[in-house]
Amino acid sequence: MPELTAGQSINKALSLILESNQTAFIAGEDIGIYGGAFGVTEGLLEKFGNERIKDTPISEDVIAGLAVGASMTGSRPIVEMQFSDFIVNAMDPIVNQAAKLHFMYGGAVNVPIVVRGASGAGTGAAAQHSQSLESWFCHVPGLKVVTPSNAQNAYDLLLRSYVDPNPVIFMEHKLIYKVKENVTLNPIPKDSSYLGKASVEQEGTDITIVSYSNMVNVVKEAVALDELQNFSIEIIDLQTVSPIDFETIKNSLIKTKKLLVCQEAPPNSSVGTTVISKVVESDLFNILEVAPKLISGLHSPMPSAKHLESTVIPQKEDILNAIQDML
Amino acid sequence: MTLNLDKQLELHRMMMLIRLFEEALEEMFSRGLLHGTMHLSIGQEATAAGACLALEKEDLITSTHRGHGHCLGKGADAFKMFAELLGREDGYCRGRGGSMHIADLSNGNLGANGIVAGSLTISVGAALSFQMQKKDNIVLCFFGDGAVNEGSFHEALNLASLWDLPVLFLCENNQYGMSMASDKAVAGESIASRGNSYGIESIQIDGNDVEAVFESVTSFKNEILSSNRPKFIEAVTYRYRGHSKSDRNLYRTSDEIEYWKEEKDPIKRYIGKLMESGVSEEKLKEIDTSVKELIRDSVKKALDSPLSPITNLEEDSYA
Ligand SMILES: Cc1ncc(C[n+]2csc(CCOP(=O)(O)OP(=O)(O)O)c2C)c(N)n1
Ligand SMILES: [Mg+2]
Repeated sequence: MPELTAGQSINKALSLILESNQTAFIAGEDIGIYGGAFGVTEGLLEKFGNERIKDTPISEDVIAGLAVGASMTGSRPIVEMQFSDFIVNAMDPIVNQAAKLHFMYGGAVNVPIVVRGASGAGTGAAAQHSQSLESWFCHVPGLKVVTPSNAQNAYDLLLRSYVDPNPVIFMEHKLIYKVKENVTLNPIPKDSSYLGKASVEQEGTDITIVSYSNMVNVVKEAVALDELQNFSIEIIDLQTVSPIDFETIKNSLIKTKKLLVCQEAPPNSSVGTTVISKVVESDLFNILEVAPKLISGLHSPMPSAKHLESTVIPQKEDILNAIQDML
Repeated sequence: MTLNLDKQLELHRMMMLIRLFEEALEEMFSRGLLHGTMHLSIGQEATAAGACLALEKEDLITSTHRGHGHCLGKGADAFKMFAELLGREDGYCRGRGGSMHIADLSNGNLGANGIVAGSLTISVGAALSFQMQKKDNIVLCFFGDGAVNEGSFHEALNLASLWDLPVLFLCENNQYGMSMASDKAVAGESIASRGNSYGIESIQIDGNDVEAVFESVTSFKNEILSSNRPKFIEAVTYRYRGHSKSDRNLYRTSDEIEYWKEEKDPIKRYIGKLMESGVSEEKLKEIDTSVKELIRDSVKKALDSPLSPITNLEEDSYA
């Protein structure tokens, strides 16, 4: 079982896809000889050649657009947005085209594309290179949105995203590129059913913490603090933020009756607010013992300075305080 | 056009200031003082210095992710720039912007931009203001060779031409957009020819010849103001350092880098020219010393200044 970062495990998944399917190809900026800005595609050019590892000019609009066109005609594109922030330059092909075509054309076409990119803050990259824009895409029917939190689920979820017949936005938090763990290199699954399933990372009975992407790791750090050792805390990693696995959340809340949601993204119209609103709209409302709470990034662009950046991103102490308040 | 000695020394001094500023940043980075990454323009100083010194304070620039040189050229205070990179209250953006996002409105710098081609459309808007307000100023829009393949480049050129806007588009063609060689990324004859295809007079110049840059920008500025037509310059130059701090330079040879450093370095070439025309070694030494002192004092002052206080950042997000 190799020890890999999420970047390396995604590299393995990409390699497996390219080996198994000759119609699969990768396109993006600096993905060839440079190996990707974060090294995710390192070595793929040497292995698969420039027919299938396609370095593009700096042109996000056509990178996403070509994926749509290629996927409608028998190819399996996986394209990279160097930083997921630049996906805003590719909104038309993703939002108005990829997301709509299957429905709008009455089911006549599928658009099985994966658009992957590096998201999130914590590296001092400032406001235009640090965003968590996943909830933008959750708002668009027709898209699936995937947010791995570690090297293992990054590997598995990328394979599932590839197998899925829908357009998938795949957000890789930059900080998970820095952490190594043992990864089981599973084969490509037969179906994509695992997309849309949350993972119960730790079982507990006192409170449910729902999180996704790198914030799951911050939640785990908080839960490991001495102050919380007498409590039984359940941690759910959503893994896929569109669709959201409410079944798993519901089963947990029936036990714990307390809900805390943690995300790095700003609060307004976000994944966290969606989770909470679904919960309070349901029968679960009657069993909740305290009001659900959302710990999120501030409603502010990301500052560059380290001490300001960590003010905007939720820290484990913020999570600790929220848990203590609720318990 | 022959430049007087004062102007020549000013151009030389500015190139030195930009180089030493960035070398000081490199040093600070290696000491772990800086959070985040940065994009250095070492080797490209002639374009920034020549272009910015051809402008008036009231002329505007829009800049790029590789913008330290543009910022200094337009008159920024090195201390406030260091302070910005260090997250200090005295920094241009109070530690909110960092290396890639310095704006200095008081000197006519509308800001560096982390989005490739992000400033092209903004420059069009600024030029529209000048036109509507009947001002005799231009907007100089800096962008890299990588930016010419973004849709917004084409939309900006088209509209600037249609509306006769006072913009000088200045492409710093350092021959690579990150790892992508511009000759593999740009279809058609040349970058300059793209300007022509929108009916904008365009030229290609040696971007490492500081006087050539100064003269082209000066004469294009005059023509923009007299003819009300935008113009386009492609300045050919070269970046010595990696794209950012994580670049291993796998996409080019060290021979190529050495060639540019040895044969084409803008500062070395200009020193040669100045000495040939009779400028003394002492005079150059004097400039060298004063710039070094300025950098040293600015770094020290920035390191001694207080961190930006943690204010209500949500409130700060709105005007
Ligand atoms: C829209 C967008 N796409 C990609 C990037 C990532 N990126 C930053 S700079 C750069 C290369 C830019 O090349 P060029 O315009 O030639 O400027 P240079 O770096 O050579 O100064 C890339 C790909 C970005 N910042 N913005
Ligand atoms: Mg370039």
